[in-house]
Amino acid sequence: MRIYVMSVLVDDQAKALDFYTEKLGFIVKHDIPMGAHRWLTVVSKEAPEGTELLLEPSEHPAAGPFKSALVNDGIPAVSFKVDDLNKEFERLRQLGVEFTVEPMDAGTVRMAVFDDTCGNLIQLVEMVEGR
Amino acid sequence: MLFGVDDDQLDNVFKALGDPLRRRILDRLAKRPGQSLFEICASSFAEDGRSLSRQTISQHLDMLERAGLVQTHWSGRTKMHTFDNAPLRKAAAAWFNKHLKKGSAT
Repeated sequence: MRIYVMSVLVDDQAKALDFYTEKLGFIVKHDIPMGAHRWLTVVSKEAPEGTELLLEPSEHPAAGPFKSALVNDGIPAVSFKVDDLNKEFERLRQLGVEFTVEPMDAGTVRMAVFDDTCGNLIQLVEMVEGR
Repeated sequence: MLFGVDDDQLDNVFKALGDPLRRRILDRLAKRPGQSLFEICASSFAEDGRSLSRQTISQHLDMLERAGLVQTHWSGRTKMHTFDNAPLRKAAAAWFNKHLKKGSAT
Protein backbone atom coordinates (compact mmCIF):
# COMPACT_ATOMS: atom_id res chain seq x y z
CA MET A 1 0.00 0.00 0.00
CA ARG A 2 1.31 3.44 -0.89
CA ILE A 3 0.14 7.01 -0.41
CA TYR A 4 -0.30 8.45 -3.90
CA VAL A 5 -2.55 11.46 -3.35
CA MET A 6 -3.41 13.82 -0.50
CA SER A 7 -5.80 16.72 -0.74
CA VAL A 8 -6.03 20.34 0.25
CA LEU A 9 -9.50 21.91 0.28
CA VAL A 10 -9.46 25.02 -1.91
CA ASP A 11 -12.10 27.74 -2.24
CA ASP A 12 -11.59 28.04 -6.00
CA GLN A 13 -9.81 25.47 -8.18
CA ALA A 14 -8.74 27.89 -10.93
CA LYS A 15 -7.29 30.33 -8.40
CA ALA A 16 -5.62 27.46 -6.56
CA LEU A 17 -4.08 26.18 -9.78
CA ASP A 18 -2.50 29.60 -10.38
CA PHE A 19 -1.17 29.83 -6.87
CA TYR A 20 0.16 26.28 -6.58
CA THR A 21 1.86 26.35 -9.99
CA GLU A 22 2.90 29.98 -10.56
CA LYS A 23 3.86 30.90 -6.99
CA LEU A 24 4.81 27.59 -5.42
CA GLY A 25 6.22 26.11 -8.64
CA PHE A 26 4.40 22.77 -8.67
CA ILE A 27 3.40 21.17 -11.98
CA VAL A 28 0.03 19.76 -13.05
CA LYS A 29 -0.15 15.97 -13.01
CA HIS A 30 -3.84 15.41 -13.74
CA ASP A 31 -6.55 17.81 -14.83
CA ILE A 32 -9.71 15.83 -15.56
CA PRO A 33 -13.12 17.51 -15.92
CA MET A 34 -15.66 16.08 -13.48
CA GLY A 35 -18.95 17.91 -13.81
CA ALA A 36 -18.79 21.30 -12.12
CA HIS A 37 -15.27 20.61 -10.84
CA ARG A 38 -12.03 18.96 -11.91
CA TRP A 39 -9.83 16.15 -10.66
CA LEU A 40 -6.88 18.46 -10.38
CA THR A 41 -3.58 17.28 -8.96
CA VAL A 42 -0.12 18.81 -8.81
CA VAL A 43 3.31 17.37 -8.05
CA SER A 44 6.68 18.81 -7.15
CA LYS A 45 9.13 19.37 -10.01
CA GLU A 46 11.71 17.78 -7.73
CA ALA A 47 9.63 14.59 -7.48
CA PRO A 48 7.28 14.31 -10.47
CA GLU A 49 6.57 10.66 -9.62
CA GLY A 50 6.01 11.47 -5.96
CA THR A 51 2.82 11.93 -3.97
CA GLU A 52 0.24 14.08 -5.73
CA LEU A 53 -1.60 16.96 -4.10
CA LEU A 54 -5.27 17.12 -5.01
CA LEU A 55 -6.68 20.64 -5.19
CA GLU A 56 -10.09 19.63 -3.96
CA PRO A 57 -13.11 21.98 -3.99
CA SER A 58 -14.20 22.91 -0.45
CA GLU A 59 -17.79 22.29 -1.42
CA HIS A 60 -18.94 20.14 1.49
CA PRO A 61 -20.80 22.21 4.14
CA ALA A 62 -18.33 21.06 6.80
CA ALA A 63 -15.31 22.28 4.82
CA GLY A 64 -15.81 25.99 5.54
CA PRO A 65 -16.11 25.78 9.35
CA PHE A 66 -13.27 23.24 9.47
CA LYS A 67 -10.91 25.44 7.45
CA SER A 68 -11.86 28.57 9.40
CA ALA A 69 -11.22 26.90 12.74
CA LEU A 70 -7.74 25.85 11.62
CA VAL A 71 -6.90 29.32 10.29
CA ASN A 72 -8.17 30.99 13.51
CA ASP A 73 -5.63 29.03 15.52
CA GLY A 74 -2.92 29.43 12.87
CA ILE A 75 -2.80 25.71 12.10
CA PRO A 76 -1.52 24.67 8.64
CA ALA A 77 -3.60 22.37 6.44
CA VAL A 78 -0.56 20.80 4.77
CA SER A 79 3.20 20.90 5.07
CA PHE A 80 5.87 21.01 2.35
CA LYS A 81 9.56 20.23 2.80
CA VAL A 82 12.25 22.57 1.46
CA ASP A 83 16.04 22.37 1.43
CA ASP A 84 16.65 26.04 2.22
CA LEU A 85 13.85 27.71 4.18
CA ASN A 86 15.29 31.24 4.13
CA LYS A 87 15.78 31.12 0.37
CA GLU A 88 12.25 29.82 -0.24
CA PHE A 89 10.82 32.40 2.18
CA GLU A 90 12.54 35.24 0.30
CA ARG A 91 11.51 33.88 -3.09
CA LEU A 92 7.84 33.56 -2.11
CA ARG A 93 7.78 36.91 -0.34
CA GLN A 94 9.06 38.55 -3.52
CA LEU A 95 6.11 36.96 -5.32
CA GLY A 96 3.72 38.59 -2.86
CA VAL A 97 2.95 35.51 -0.76
CA GLU A 98 1.80 36.47 2.74
CA PHE A 99 3.48 34.73 5.64
CA THR A 100 1.75 34.39 9.01
CA VAL A 101 4.87 32.91 10.60
CA GLU A 102 8.33 33.97 9.40
CA PRO A 103 11.10 31.36 9.53
CA MET A 104 11.58 30.16 13.14
CA ASP A 105 13.19 27.29 15.03
CA ALA A 106 10.84 24.49 16.06
CA GLY A 107 13.05 21.85 17.63
CA THR A 108 14.37 19.44 15.03
CA VAL A 109 13.09 21.60 12.17
CA ARG A 110 12.86 25.20 11.05
CA MET A 111 9.48 26.28 9.81
CA ALA A 112 7.41 29.09 8.33
CA VAL A 113 3.69 29.42 7.51
CA PHE A 114 1.99 31.24 4.65
CA ASP A 115 -1.53 31.85 3.31
CA ASP A 116 -2.42 29.97 0.10
CA THR A 117 -5.18 32.56 -0.74
CA CYS A 118 -7.63 29.64 -1.06
CA GLY A 119 -8.57 29.41 2.61
CA ASN A 120 -5.58 27.50 3.98
CA LEU A 121 -2.37 28.04 5.84
CA ILE A 122 0.60 26.08 4.49
CA GLN A 123 3.67 25.12 6.45
CA LEU A 124 7.19 25.01 5.02
CA VAL A 125 9.68 22.85 6.86
CA GLU A 126 13.44 22.52 6.63
CA MET A 127 15.00 19.58 8.44
CA VAL A 128 17.92 20.66 10.57
CA GLU A 129 20.94 18.34 10.68
CA GLY A 130 22.15 17.14 14.02
CA ARG A 131 19.16 18.16 16.11
CA MET B 1 -9.02 48.92 46.22
CA LEU B 2 -5.63 50.48 45.64
CA PHE B 3 -4.41 52.22 42.49
CA GLY B 4 -7.42 50.99 40.53
CA VAL B 5 -6.81 47.30 41.22
CA ASP B 6 -9.13 45.21 43.35
CA ASP B 7 -8.26 41.96 45.07
CA ASP B 8 -9.97 39.86 42.41
CA GLN B 9 -7.83 41.38 39.69
CA LEU B 10 -4.68 40.92 41.76
CA ASP B 11 -5.67 37.30 42.42
CA ASN B 12 -6.06 36.70 38.69
CA VAL B 13 -2.61 38.12 37.99
CA PHE B 14 -0.88 36.15 40.74
CA LYS B 15 -2.71 32.94 39.84
CA ALA B 16 -1.81 33.40 36.19
CA LEU B 17 1.85 33.88 37.14
CA GLY B 18 1.82 30.92 39.51
CA ASP B 19 2.79 28.37 36.87
CA PRO B 20 6.16 27.95 35.14
CA LEU B 21 4.62 27.09 31.79
CA ARG B 22 2.48 30.24 31.78
CA ARG B 23 5.49 32.34 32.76
CA ARG B 24 7.45 30.85 29.86
CA ILE B 25 4.59 31.57 27.46
CA LEU B 26 4.72 35.22 28.61
CA ASP B 27 8.53 35.30 28.20
CA ARG B 28 8.21 34.08 24.64
CA LEU B 29 5.35 36.44 23.79
CA ALA B 30 7.40 39.33 25.20
CA LYS B 31 10.29 38.35 22.92
CA ARG B 32 8.13 37.76 19.87
CA PRO B 33 4.75 39.55 20.03
CA GLY B 34 1.76 38.52 17.94
CA GLN B 35 1.81 34.70 17.89
CA SER B 36 -0.95 32.30 16.90
CA LEU B 37 -1.86 29.29 19.04
CA PHE B 38 -0.01 27.09 16.53
CA GLU B 39 3.15 29.19 16.82
CA ILE B 40 3.02 29.18 20.64
CA CYS B 41 2.69 25.38 20.60
CA ALA B 42 5.58 25.04 18.15
CA SER B 43 7.90 27.26 20.16
CA SER B 44 6.90 25.60 23.44
CA PHE B 45 7.93 22.29 21.94
CA ALA B 46 11.14 23.72 20.48
CA GLU B 47 12.27 25.41 23.68
CA ASP B 48 10.94 23.15 26.43
CA GLY B 49 11.47 19.92 24.53
CA ARG B 50 8.10 18.54 25.53
CA SER B 51 4.96 18.46 23.56
CA LEU B 52 1.82 19.84 25.18
CA SER B 53 -1.59 19.52 23.64
CA ARG B 54 -3.09 22.54 21.94
CA GLN B 55 -5.96 22.28 24.38
CA THR B 56 -3.63 22.59 27.37
CA ILE B 57 -1.87 25.61 25.93
CA SER B 58 -5.19 27.12 24.95
CA GLN B 59 -6.38 26.81 28.57
CA HIS B 60 -3.21 28.50 29.84
CA LEU B 61 -3.74 31.31 27.33
CA ASP B 62 -7.33 31.77 28.53
CA MET B 63 -6.09 32.22 32.07
CA LEU B 64 -3.43 34.73 31.00
CA GLU B 65 -6.03 36.58 28.95
CA ARG B 66 -8.44 36.77 31.92
CA ALA B 67 -5.65 38.30 34.00
CA GLY B 68 -5.08 40.86 31.24
CA LEU B 69 -1.51 39.64 30.72
CA VAL B 70 -2.27 38.51 27.18
CA GLN B 71 -4.11 40.64 24.66
CA THR B 72 -5.44 39.24 21.42
CA HIS B 73 -5.97 40.75 17.99
CA TRP B 74 -6.83 39.38 14.57
CA SER B 75 -4.30 39.27 11.77
CA GLY B 76 -6.43 38.42 8.77
CA ARG B 77 -8.44 35.48 10.05
CA THR B 78 -5.83 34.29 12.56
CA LYS B 79 -6.01 35.15 16.26
CA MET B 80 -2.72 36.54 17.54
CA HIS B 81 -1.56 36.78 21.16
CA THR B 82 0.62 39.51 22.67
CA PHE B 83 2.03 40.09 26.17
CA ASP B 84 0.69 43.14 28.01
CA ASN B 85 2.69 44.15 31.09
CA ALA B 86 0.10 46.68 32.36
CA PRO B 87 -1.29 44.25 35.00
CA LEU B 88 2.28 43.77 36.30
CA ARG B 89 2.70 47.51 36.74
CA LYS B 90 -0.63 47.69 38.54
CA ALA B 91 0.29 44.75 40.78
CA ALA B 92 3.59 46.43 41.57
CA ALA B 93 1.90 49.72 42.40
CA ALA B 94 -0.84 48.06 44.45
CA TRP B 95 1.19 45.57 46.43
CA PHE B 96 4.87 44.88 45.68
CA ASN B 97 6.16 48.42 45.96
CA LYS B 98 4.60 48.93 49.38
CA HIS B 99 6.83 46.22 50.83
CA LEU B 100 9.85 46.78 48.65
CA LYS B 101 10.08 50.41 49.80
CA LYS B 102 9.99 49.40 53.46
CA GLY B 103 12.64 46.74 53.01
CA SER B 104 14.93 48.70 50.72
CA ALA B 105 16.76 50.43 53.59
CA THR B 106 18.27 47.21 54.93
